[in-house]
Amino acid sequence: MTQQVISANRLGDGIVVYLAADSSWSERISGSVIAMDETAADALLREAKQAEQDRVVIDPYLIDVAEVDGVVRPIKYREFIRATGPSVRPDLSKQSYVPDTGA
Amino acid sequence: MYIYDEIDQTMVDQRVNQFRDQVRRRIAGELSEDEFKPLRLMNGVYLQLHAYMLRVAIPYGTLSAEQLRKLAWIARKYDRGYGHFTTRQNLQYNWPKLEELPDLLAELASVQMHALQTSGNCIRNVTADQFAGVAADEVIDPRIHAEIIRQWSTLHPEFTFLPRKFKIAVTGAETDRAAVKVHDIGLIAKRDVAGELGFEVIVGGGLGRTPMVGPTIRDFLPERHLLSYLEAVLRVYNQLGRRDNMYKARVKILVHETGAEKFTEMVEREWEQIRDTAVDLPAGERERIAAFFNPPLYDKAEDAAETLTRQVAGDADFAHWVETNVAPHKADGYAIANISLKPIGGVPGDASAEQMDAVAALAERFSFSEIRVTHEQNLVLPHVRQDELYAVWQTLKSYDLHTPNLGLVSDMIACPGMDYCALANARSIPLAQEISERFADLDRQYDIGELKLKISGCINACGHHHVGHIGILGVDRKGEEYYQITLGGSGAEDASLGDIVGPAFPYDKVVNAIETLVDAYLGVRADNERFLDTYRRLGADPFKEALYGVN
Repeated sequence: MTQQVISANRLGDGIVVYLAADSSWSERISGSVIAMDETAADALLREAKQAEQDRVVIDPYLIDVAEVDGVVRPIKYREFIRATGPSVRPDLSKQSYVPDTGA
Repeated sequence: MYIYDEIDQTMVDQRVNQFRDQVRRRIAGELSEDEFKPLRLMNGVYLQLHAYMLRVAIPYGTLSAEQLRKLAWIARKYDRGYGHFTTRQNLQYNWPKLEELPDLLAELASVQMHALQTSGNCIRNVTADQFAGVAADEVIDPRIHAEIIRQWSTLHPEFTFLPRKFKIAVTGAETDRAAVKVHDIGLIAKRDVAGELGFEVIVGGGLGRTPMVGPTIRDFLPERHLLSYLEAVLRVYNQLGRRDNMYKARVKILVHETGAEKFTEMVEREWEQIRDTAVDLPAGERERIAAFFNPPLYDKAEDAAETLTRQVAGDADFAHWVETNVAPHKADGYAIANISLKPIGGVPGDASAEQMDAVAALAERFSFSEIRVTHEQNLVLPHVRQDELYAVWQTLKSYDLHTPNLGLVSDMIACPGMDYCALANARSIPLAQEISERFADLDRQYDIGELKLKISGCINACGHHHVGHIGILGVDRKGEEYYQITLGGSGAEDASLGDIVGPAFPYDKVVNAIETLVDAYLGVRADNERFLDTYRRLGADPFKEALYGVN
């Protein structure tokens, strides 16, 4: 089976997040827990649905990923853009954007 | 500009408070996402690829300097320092936080702005010619009636749950800068032989999955009947528009399937019953609203034209900008300055907070504090003295807002595409950037002349590709971005829908394909013939041959 992770948007700010092994939600796909088979995927989805009930995230779903050289990468381009940020604004990417706190 | 009265302000303020409570209830768990979603959409809040998105209404594309400055401030405080001007003259923020949206909306309300009816199956923000009030070929300032329609349609209880969204555009000029023929209702102000003011009424145009150029259902509607007639159109649509299939729910499908003639009969019959009811405005109220759009007190700018001529002669770059981006104004000594939001390699329609502030400051100093937003995703300073254009241009230059490319190949419409939009199948923006870089040489662009290139990242056609002289539509083909090219569309007074030229291209072949099309045009065009006219004269064959090597 294709490897899968759970993605969603966080309720409070809408930011794309991924379910992590410790049941927290990571903004980075690198922090996500990977389901290697269907049973694991179902379990993750159940956990995510509970987080939706608990108003942590909205619309959680499974996405297909591949691990290449230890790096988790979504297979679909749309999910790649969600995981990294707008392709046209590298300054706003998940890797480089630092919110201006006014400090 | 229209200034809110107490009723407008109270309504908008109440709505902010209502939404604040809805957000609180959502976060507290009293509302599920299913319950909350329609409520947030009614306040312009979408959930897109990366985050929430807020679509702010800019009624008929008119902004005051104070409003634009507030939009810039909001971009800094609640977003990531920029906004995106859309093909519906609106502004979208891409990163607002749900928790902060009530405060954001309260800030908007403080400058008489809101996000009502920028989503949902209601009458959407009314759009108009961006040269309203200043165009030399204008019968009347279309914003008077756009404002009347705004007031009539805002929170209209009968038209809050239509079969589908409903878009109205108004122009008062012969040159159609508002794409009125591809709206659910398009209105063209005109005078009859007796000199009476009225409207040509076009119903059932639209883009999207099933593009249509709307038929005229009434050549001349006397102005005083405008609202009752619109009400009759909306009533027929509300009753008969399809609610069983969202892809067939727009009024264009109803008009098409019923036939324009029969649809017109139904509207006229409905109108006969309601035309003498109270919905139409009394003359006094119409005059009250019209007074807000009285022209500003222009100077007697007697030597302005002479000064401009001298400045143009002394600076070739400025001369290019004047020739391309400046349009004639009604008033002697004045000009309309178009500000391109399409720098070479930039994101069409995006403006940083600094750029918004700069334009607001220019408007305050040089344009009676007024700014317009165009459906082609540019900005306009509508009233600039000709002898002050040079100062305006110099400031624009320091903010990279001086690109002299209006109406040229690099002045593209592009939707947000898959870089931001949850509906998109393909990216639009990077393609627009690469095309503009390919054609970066301005001399080459001037040689090519007017060429409207429009890019949509999906069939919903927010990028208006159907009415591009060259249209590009992104599609998903087994997970790959492919792009279909259409030719011969126009959203202007000579409206037409583009034809698909042939098989789609993968992402990395599109820019070459566009260049091939442009070169083919240059090879066969007659003197001073636009791309569109060459296509109309010769048809698709020379372009097909250039692209695919066959006829």
